[in-house]
Amino acid sequence: MKINLGLAQISPRLADVRANCELHLAFIERAAAQRVDLLVFPELSLTGYTVQDAMSEVAHRATPSDPLMSTLLEASRRLDLVVGFAEVDERSRYYTAGAYLSQGKIVHVHRKVYLPTYGLFDEGRYFDLGDSVRAFDTRFGRMALLICEDFWHASPPYLAWLDGADVLLLTSASPGRGLGMDERLDSSRFVETVNKSYAALFGSFVVHANRVGFEDGMNFWGGSTIFAPDGELVAQAPYFEEALTVAEIDLADIQRTRKRIPLLRDERPELTLRELKRIIGH
Amino acid sequence: MTHPDYSYKLSINPELARTVLKAFLRDEIRKVGIEHAVIGLSGGIDSALACYLVAQAIGAHNVYAVRLPYRTSSPDSLEHAQLVIDALGVHSETVDITDMVDPLIARTPGIDAKRQGNLMARARMMVLYDRSAQHRALVIGTSNKTELLLGYGTLFGDMASALNPLGDLYKTQVRQLSRALGVPQPIIDKPPSADLWSGQTDEGEMGLSYAEVDQLLYLLIDQRYSPDECVEAGFDRAYVDRVWRLVRTSHFKRRGPVIAKLSHRTVGVDFNYLRDWGY
Repeated sequence: MKINLGLAQISPRLADVRANCELHLAFIERAAAQRVDLLVFPELSLTGYTVQDAMSEVAHRATPSDPLMSTLLEASRRLDLVVGFAEVDERSRYYTAGAYLSQGKIVHVHRKVYLPTYGLFDEGRYFDLGDSVRAFDTRFGRMALLICEDFWHASPPYLAWLDGADVLLLTSASPGRGLGMDERLDSSRFVETVNKSYAALFGSFVVHANRVGFEDGMNFWGGSTIFAPDGELVAQAPYFEEALTVAEIDLADIQRTRKRIPLLRDERPELTLRELKRIIGH
Repeated sequence: MTHPDYSYKLSINPELARTVLKAFLRDEIRKVGIEHAVIGLSGGIDSALACYLVAQAIGAHNVYAVRLPYRTSSPDSLEHAQLVIDALGVHSETVDITDMVDPLIARTPGIDAKRQGNLMARARMMVLYDRSAQHRALVIGTSNKTELLLGYGTLFGDMASALNPLGDLYKTQVRQLSRALGVPQPIIDKPPSADLWSGQTDEGEMGLSYAEVDQLLYLLIDQRYSPDECVEAGFDRAYVDRVWRLVRTSHFKRRGPVIAKLSHRTVGVDFNYLRDWGY
């Protein structure tokens, strides 16, 4: 099966959900014109990243009756969407969340499970931790959605892979840092290496949507990518520029790669579980 | 002092730096609904580089450069600033600050060179901010990372700006980027100077060379070396202690005014929004 994937590499306005929703609809319009089947937006695409004390004004419920969600659900009748938002639950806890929307339905919501709170990051101050990593079924196949720091730890992608995800949807608001001699910033180099490695290690498609723009001098480097199950690069968006990057992937590449390198077949989760239990003392 | 040469750690890719800094200036100026920039051109390398960057970012026709000489400013300064203006085609104005500053100096017996220098820096700030209102522009800062860390700048003087593209570049890196962008050679070659009194040079005044201190600062600040680890890496104990002390005791210049907390929510403490809030 072939899917036309779109990476919506946008620059959201900080703490302006209404403007960002319009930006999403504009990108959806362009993607629809290019026959995109699944359009992936970055982390917190609807709010901007450094929301801080504006959280309560920009957070939304992940329910179909929420006005923001219902607008996007309507748009998801034309193509499947992954959108990033600040979720508030029924007890006023906030999460960095991503939602997979398809044909007017919320298929899955992932709440970010690793919240970087060091150096320039302060997510633990504002957000609660998500507590699950789950693959989910879409009309194209079984996928998983992880957000930024979630895939700077090897464990969530590994869990998603074992839970059946053959397409890993990664979204981030990754700040660019590390200026050296290389033509890319250190953070770009690192993330690209990690994404390529996951694709090769899991024999899966890895789709990464990062944002661009600036927030108080912090740049977001873009460079969104799609990696194939053999670790090869399928497409990459430009660095530092807003872009809609469209590329077709063939899901049949997955089983062709796994015929050559059956890492999934040979994986021993019971060994992993046994050793983990020993290591953490159970 | 002999230690291994760490200067390779300071090497940057100038094209990458230029790309990010141009995008930074364009984004952070325009998103707040402004089209123009104002910049004080001292004839020195920092303001020259910042001027090149902002002209490339938003167009030279949107940049207002201001030369702000004092009667003891080196004549080179004016000429070198003019080289930048001519090369880029930015708007320019020359505002002599002598008459702004001298009357106060005359009324202040015993005012030393350093205080006079600070007056000049603050007078320049006054002019730049006025011109930013006149042109509906943002003031572009030119303090580099070395100066900011060592506190080599005047609070509310040259340190005052809306946007500073050079604040995360060490002096050594400013030089690399300036060469790559084609900043005129005489500006790159001359010894850095705040030009607040005749013969003043940064390195003479601080008693530190930029090439040397940048290597130490990179270890201390960027790579989180402790002072002890810097000594193990080959730097003099006394030198390391002195530089670390300069960093700590100048920190007040890098923070906003200290507000006494009384309420549950205090500006500057737990009233947390970015300058870009809503933009």
